[in-house]
Formats: sequence, C-alpha cells, structure tokens
Amino acid sequence: MDGGADRTARRRARAVAETLARRLGGGCVLTDPEALRPYECDGLSAYRALPAAVVLPRSREEVREVVRACAEAGVPLVPRGAGTSLSGGAVPHPEGIVLSLARMNRVLEVDVRNRVARVEPGVRNLAVTEAAAPYGLYYAPDPSSQVTCTIGGNVAENAGGVHCLKYGLTVHNVVGVEMVTVEGEFVRLGGVAPDAPGYDLLALLIGSEGMLGVVTEATVRLLPRPVCARVLLAAFDDIPTAGEAVSRIIAAGIIPGGLEMMDGPAIRAAEDFVHAGYPVDAAAILLCELDGTPEEVEEDIGRVRAILEDCGAREVRLARDERERALFWSGRKNAFPAVGRISPDYYCMDGTIPRRALARVLEGIARLSEAYGLAVVNVFHAGDGNLHPLILYDANRPGELERTEELGLRILELCVEAGGTITGEHGVGLEKLPAMCVQFTREEIAQFHAVKEAFDPGRILNPDKAIPTLARCAELGGMHVRGGRLPFPDLERF
Amino acid sequence: MAADRSAEIAERVREAAARGTPLIPQGGGTKAFLGEAVAGEPLPLAGHEGIVGYEPTELVITARAGTPLAEVEAALAAQGQMLGFEPPRLGAASTLGGVVAAGLSGPRRPWAGALRDFVLGVRLVNGRGEVLRFGGQVMKNVAGYDLSRLMAGAQGTLGVLLEVSLRVVPRPVREQTRVLALDAAGALERLAGLARRPLPLAGACHVAGRLHLRLAGAAAGVEAAAAEVGGEVMGEAEAAAFWDGVRDLAHPFFRDGEGALWRIALPPAAPPLPLAGEWLLDWGGGQRFLRSAEPAGRIREVAAAAGGHATRLSGPAAGVTVFHPLPEPILRLHRRLKAALDPHGILNPGRLYPGL
Ligand SMILES: Cc1cc2nc3c(=O)[nH]c(=O)nc-3n(C[C@H](O)[C@H](O)[C@H](O)COP(=O)(O)OP(=O)(O)OC[C@H]3O[C@@H](n4cnc5c(N)ncnc54)[C@H](O)[C@@H]3O)c2cc1C
Ligand SMILES: Cc1cc2nc3c(=O)[nH]c(=O)nc-3n(C[C@H](O)[C@H](O)[C@H](O)COP(=O)(O)OP(=O)(O)OC[C@H]3O[C@@H](n4cnc5c(N)ncnc54)[C@H](O)[C@@H]3O)c2cc1C
Repeated sequence: MDGGADRTARRRARAVAETLARRLGGGCVLTDPEALRPYECDGLSAYRALPAAVVLPRSREEVREVVRACAEAGVPLVPRGAGTSLSGGAVPHPEGIVLSLARMNRVLEVDVRNRVARVEPGVRNLAVTEAAAPYGLYYAPDPSSQVTCTIGGNVAENAGGVHCLKYGLTVHNVVGVEMVTVEGEFVRLGGVAPDAPGYDLLALLIGSEGMLGVVTEATVRLLPRPVCARVLLAAFDDIPTAGEAVSRIIAAGIIPGGLEMMDGPAIRAAEDFVHAGYPVDAAAILLCELDGTPEEVEEDIGRVRAILEDCGAREVRLARDERERALFWSGRKNAFPAVGRISPDYYCMDGTIPRRALARVLEGIARLSEAYGLAVVNVFHAGDGNLHPLILYDANRPGELERTEELGLRILELCVEAGGTITGEHGVGLEKLPAMCVQFTREEIAQFHAVKEAFDPGRILNPDKAIPTLARCAELGGMHVRGGRLPFPDLERF
Repeated sequence: MAADRSAEIAERVREAAARGTPLIPQGGGTKAFLGEAVAGEPLPLAGHEGIVGYEPTELVITARAGTPLAEVEAALAAQGQMLGFEPPRLGAASTLGGVVAAGLSGPRRPWAGALRDFVLGVRLVNGRGEVLRFGGQVMKNVAGYDLSRLMAGAQGTLGVLLEVSLRVVPRPVREQTRVLALDAAGALERLAGLARRPLPLAGACHVAGRLHLRLAGAAAGVEAAAAEVGGEVMGEAEAAAFWDGVRDLAHPFFRDGEGALWRIALPPAAPPLPLAGEWLLDWGGGQRFLRSAEPAGRIREVAAAAGGHATRLSGPAAGVTVFHPLPEPILRLHRRLKAALDPHGILNPGRLYPGL
C-alpha cells in the first residue's frame, strides 16, 4: 500500500504533523519510520500501511486540535485505541495521520450512586472493572481482548463478549459519549439521564468504526457484581445435539451469563495448551455459566442439568469451586492462542446466525473446509449465534492467504443465507468490505454513504473503511444473498 | 386483515417525494400528544400487519409495523415471553411501528433496557421511497451503521417503518411488589443504597409517599431479595394494576390534577428538584413525572441544571416546544442526518423540532 501513496498528499499530512508537533510538543508526534512501524497494522496483520505520522494527544482539547488541523488540510485521520481490531479497522491511511488515544487512559469518575463511570477513551476495558471493583460493581461487556482493548475502540466496534447474551453489547452498556465532530466541536450524546432528546445519535455512533467522530470520553453503566456464578460443562457426541441443547436452554426461559461452544479440534487444541481437563474425544462441549443470587443459581443449575441430560449430553460436570470454574473457562478463553500453536497462521471469521441454523451452518463450514483443503476450528458464542470459525493456513505458502480469504467470504455468505450477518462483533474494517456487498443492496450502501456524509462531508475520518464504494460492489459482481435466496442457487459455490 | 402493503406504502412515499407533500405515518393514532403538530397527508399503516416471524427459541419476533401491539404481546404471552421494555400501551389501537417510532419504555427499563436496546432490525421506506433493511434478526450484528436503533424515538421523521424485529425475553417465574412508606428524598436515598446490591429489581416507583419495589426472577431469588428490601407485600392483583397504571400512564396521578404534565429524565440519584407540583418518580429516579403550573422555561432550566431534560406531555402549547431544546452543534447533526434519510423533508416534518 505504501508505494501507492500519493506524494503530495503524504507531504500535506507531514506538514500538518509538523504544525501539530509545534503546538502539542514534539513528544506527541511521531514521524520517524521506525517509530511508525508499530502502528502499521492492527490485530489483523494481513493489512499494513505506514501512516505519514502518529499523534498521541494527552487531553480532549489536544484531540480537538488534531481533528481541526486534519479537517482543515483535508488529511485523513485514523483514530486508534489498542489496535486489537481483527478487521483492519485501525489500519493507517498511507496519506494520513493516526490519532492514538493511548495516552488518554484515566478513569475520571466512578459515580456509585448513579452506577456509572466516566472514562477517557484510551482506558482499557478491564481497567474500568478494576476501578469499579471496590464498590462491588463491574463493567459487563468483556471481549476476550479486555486486558488490552480500549473503551474508545469498544465503542467504535460495539464490542461484545462472553457475557453479552445476558448483559448486552457495548451499545447496551455505554450511556453517554463525548465526541469531537469533524468540525472540531465537542458534542455530548446520551448521558446519565435516560433517553436524551432528539435522535439516538449514540446508538448510531456505537459500532460506526471511527468514521463519524472521535470519542473523547465515555460514560459506562456499571452493574452490581453477581454474588454467585457457577459453570456447567457438557460434552456431546455430535454438534447438532449440542446445538439443540442451546435452543432448549433458552426456550426454558433461562438466560445464562455465558453459553459457549467448542468443537472437537478446538477442544483438543485448548486441552493441549491449558490442560483444563476437557473430554478430548467429544465432538463438542458446551460451557454454560449461571449467575445471580445463590438461590437463583442453584435453581437454574438444576434446570439446565436436566435439559442437558435429557438432550443426550454424554457427560455433565459442574465446576466444584472457583478454581475449577476458572479452569473450565481458561480453555475457552485461550482457544485462540491455543489454535495459534497448531497452525502457523489462522484467520478468525466473525458471523452471526440464528441459533436454529447452528447445525446446518457448521455442516456447511465443514464441507467448505474440505473443498478448500483448509482446516477450520470452531469456538463460539453459542448463546447468541456468534460464530468465530478459525481458518488455519500458512501465509508462507503462495496463494494460501488468498484461498483463505475466499473461504472466509464463502462462510460469511453461508451466514447471510441462514438469515444472519457478516459480522457479530469485530466490525467490517478493511477486511469485510467485499462481504458488505453480500449483505446489503446498492440503495442500502448508498444510504450508509449519505449518513457518513452528514457527519463527515470531507471524508477525513477513517476513510474507505466499513462501507464499500458502489464501484467496488459492482466489481465484485454485486453478490447479494438475502432471505436465503442466492443468485444462481444451483451452481456450485466452490 | 393481515397483509403486506410495503409496495403500496413505498409508492405513496415516492409520489409524495416527487410532489414535495408531507406525510404523517399513522399507526393507531394514540400518541398525537407526543410531538409537535404536523401538517400533512395521513399515511395510514392500518392493514399492513401480521407477525411474519416468531421462533420462541430464538428470542426474536418480527412483525409488520401496523400490527397491533396487543397482538404482539398476546403471541409472546402464549409462549411465556414478553417485551422486556414494557412499552406503554396508550390505547388499544397502538401499533408496533408507532411503539418503536415513539421510543417509549415502561417501568422495567433501568434494569432490562430501553426499547432501542431491543431493536434488532427494521425494514423501512426512506424519504426517497426506497425500501431498505438494516440490522437483522440476530443478537449481534455490527455490519454497517446501526440505522435500525436510530429509528427508535425518531417518530417517523427518518423513515416509515415497514417491519420490525425485536428481541424478546422470558417472563419471570415469580414477581413480588414491596411497598415502603417514605418521602421522595428518603426513597431516592434508599434506591441509591440498593443500586449497589445485585437484586432482581424490575420496577422502582415512588408516588404519594410510597415507594413500590417490584422484584422479578427465579422464585428463590425473589424471596431472598424481598427479605432484604423489607416493606410490605402488595397483593398480586393490586400490584399488577399498579404497574400497568404506571406503564400506561393510566395511574390516577396522570389522570387527575392541575397544571401541565411533564416528563423529566434525570440521573437517577439526582435529589428532588425544586419545582412546585405533584411528582411521580419512576425508573428508580431516572424518570420523573411532574404535574405543575411552573413556567416551561423554569422547568427546563432546573432539569438541565440537574443533568437532565424535560418533555411536555400535555401536548403542544403556545410558545412551548414538546421536546427539550438541543444544543446547536447537535441540532446541526440532526438536520444533516434528516437530510440524509429524507432529502425532500416529507416525513412528519416538524414533529420533533423545527425542520426535523
Ligand atoms: C485476541 C483477541 C480477542 C478478541 N475478542 C473479542 C471479543 O470477544 N469481542 C469483541 O467484540 N472483539 C474482540 N476482539 C476485537 C477487538 O479487541 C475489539 O474490536 C476492540 O473493541 C478493539 O478495541 P481497540 O482499543 O483495540 O481498538 P482499535 O483496534 O485501536 O480500533 C478499532 C476501531 O475503533 C476506532 N477507534 C478507536 N478508538 C477510537 C476513538 N476514541 N474514537 C473513535 N474511534 C475509535 C478505530 O478507528 C478502529 O476503527 C478481539 C481481538 C483480539 C486480538
Ligand atoms: C385523518 C387524520 C388526520 C390527522 N391530521 C393531523 C395533522 O394534520 N396534524 C397533526 O399533528 N396530527 C394529525 N393527526 C393525528 C396524527 O395521527 C398524530 O399526530 C400522529 O401521527 C400520531 O400517530 P399515531 O398515534 O397514529 O401513531 P402512533 O402509533 O401513536 O405513532 C406515534 C408516532 O410514530 C409515527 N409512526 C407510527 N407508525 C409509524 C411507522 N410505521 N413508521 C414510522 N413512523 C410511524 C407517527 O407518525 C407518530 O409520530 C391526524 C390523524 C388522523 C386520523
């Protein structure tokens, strides 16, 4: 990407960086290629670009200055939290500036009476819970990356985690945001008082991938920590039965704090890595966590156990204590790195499907995996139908990355066909631009562009991410699957 | 008659766009008071109804916008499920589209979430007459901007809703309401204390010197919590009538009394406001209704100073807007967003704010 950068445009960005270095102090602006290197990609390392500069402001006013300077000069600006995005959302623009919020990492206030915390955008997700812990409170959304990822990034991606079936995604747990508009003005969306007047711009901002404004502060809801949480592990001989168990639990009116599934290859990779005591010959395991008061949990454990056994689970274990509970979860939480040990590279997909389609879609994935000759491992949020197929590949083999990406797109098509979506939590970024053409019509994509235009007419905020150009969709043949109707349904798709 | 009138409705909008004629999408005609007067041609949604998808194990219901709310609620109740945000039923004629467009939530809101938190997807006609779909029927979906939740509370100014998918929740196994004799300040104090405890709360409303706490969930959990909050048990039928009354703005507080009716949203722990009148505090203090003869300007000032905002629920009055004024930079974003979805300005223009 570097080579293609327009020289004049890059020079313009450099000039803005120099101005900012004078105003904010040299330590806030990086332009040395070596210093820029760590910013050239995010969690999806397949996409890279060196920015013209990186700016690291320390305050909201400095953020505003950066936005104003870039807007005036028409220089692309890419906000960045911890860079853990898995869809290339924080990949720099080669003719632009990266705005890192990493130095704005203070928890400004824990308001116990209103059960909210006000935090700067660069605060790590887990740090919010740590700040709230002394008051018996916590921040519910817990992406697996919570040790590292920032609240600003969570807002931009509408991040979720194991808890979100019961406690919701970022959009359900952030009550207010202060952002800088592209005009360089601070606006407050939402707030501690419910239902801010006018349009729900907060809902619109959340998940907008840094394209509508730069978040300078967030007010997040804190919940009382459940007094009791216990986890059940159930092993199954086949995946459809495990899927059936998921549906039956929910149909019984139980909303678990977490309901996660791993398939056979995932179980074995995780077991080799963390020795959680998983049954390695099972075709699938379900982890079902129940939380609440001890009385509630006791009641629900009985009901869930009965359902699991009735469904034909070949083994159901209840973690005896906190230590064993952590152990059961450690395999799931470390599943990604565990898979990293069995394959040189892996590509993490992120689609959501209606739960009832679970078995059908997993079968489809298995067929595709065979056809492409690439192994796929499944670890996912079963409770909300959010799949994370991990495609194993070797980047050093010529053509393998391209085949992997193609397989990924096929998997997402399967998700859309089943009535689902191309991304449940990782966002579109750069990676899923082609898949957007699968899920949305021309008119819908044009409507997204009009919304972007309303916030950022000069298109300087994280440009060219998340919403593909219509030309791009046309190039891809405008593939459009909806309501299960594929174009040319009887043709082989691989 | 359940039927899909999408094509016809889209055609109406296209026509109106071409002529520049304002349209007023009409559900049941129950919420005229909830916005500014709009001059335009009615666009009835009647007949565009029917539940098009409901699979209890998916916790999702999809229905056409003109479907009566009562029909949706009955279908859910038959499966032991419900709408977690308990939308106010302001009349038998309320439609699902009107409910979503109005964006109102009931007593369960602080614990279960607001209406917009349950919106998973919509199909709508924008002001160009294009039929578009945003969001979907699954819990997690971050593809594209979230234009579906944006429709909640937009009062039909950004699009005519054709179809809505909502997340639903299981009905709690057990409910119990406890009543404590406390004044408003005492009730707020007590609530702030309870807020840190993981209690299965599903309602906290103070009116006429009594704090009502509704507990809901697993039987054993409710009983343990009841012992902790104390107070007296309210009879089941009486409790059901009380919460319905609060939810549907039908409690005697809303019907009788002098002065204009206001809804003031506040940080829940804000102390009682220095405004003369009768109060009903809902949402654990986050939503407070005031019946008062105080001038609108003063009510809005006091609400804003306490970190909140005030809506006039008595309908439009001379020189008083229904909704709390917006700061200029936010209003500008609103106008541009309106133009992005409704470039000819034909959808309920002026219903929320001048020009919107
Ligand atoms: C191992 C691993 C596990 C993960 N697990 C999960 C998971 O369980 N659930 C989940 O949802 N995600 C998960 N993710 C993805 C990722 O962690 C989340 O998307 C996270 O929200 C990104 O936060 P970040 O601070 O790293 O943002 P970045 O990657 O830095 O940026 C992400 C996007 O946010 C924008 N942005 C960042 N800060 C701001 C701001 N202040 N204002 C405006 N825009 C901003 C950027 O421009 C970019 O578009 C995982 C990632 C990894 C590597
Ligand atoms: C023949 C007739 C003429 C009228 N003329 C006027 C008039 O000139 N000025 C005036 O102020 N009032 C007029 N009204 C009252 C008007 O119906 C209400 O002001 C308003 O439209 C409330 O709609 P509702 O109660 O039917 O819908 P509700 O179901 O109560 O809906 C509330 C809000 O949501 C909107 N809405 C409803 N369904 C949808 C949907 N599917 N998609 C998007 N938005 C939706 C409504 O427009 C309204 O803003 C008229 C009513 C009738 C029956």
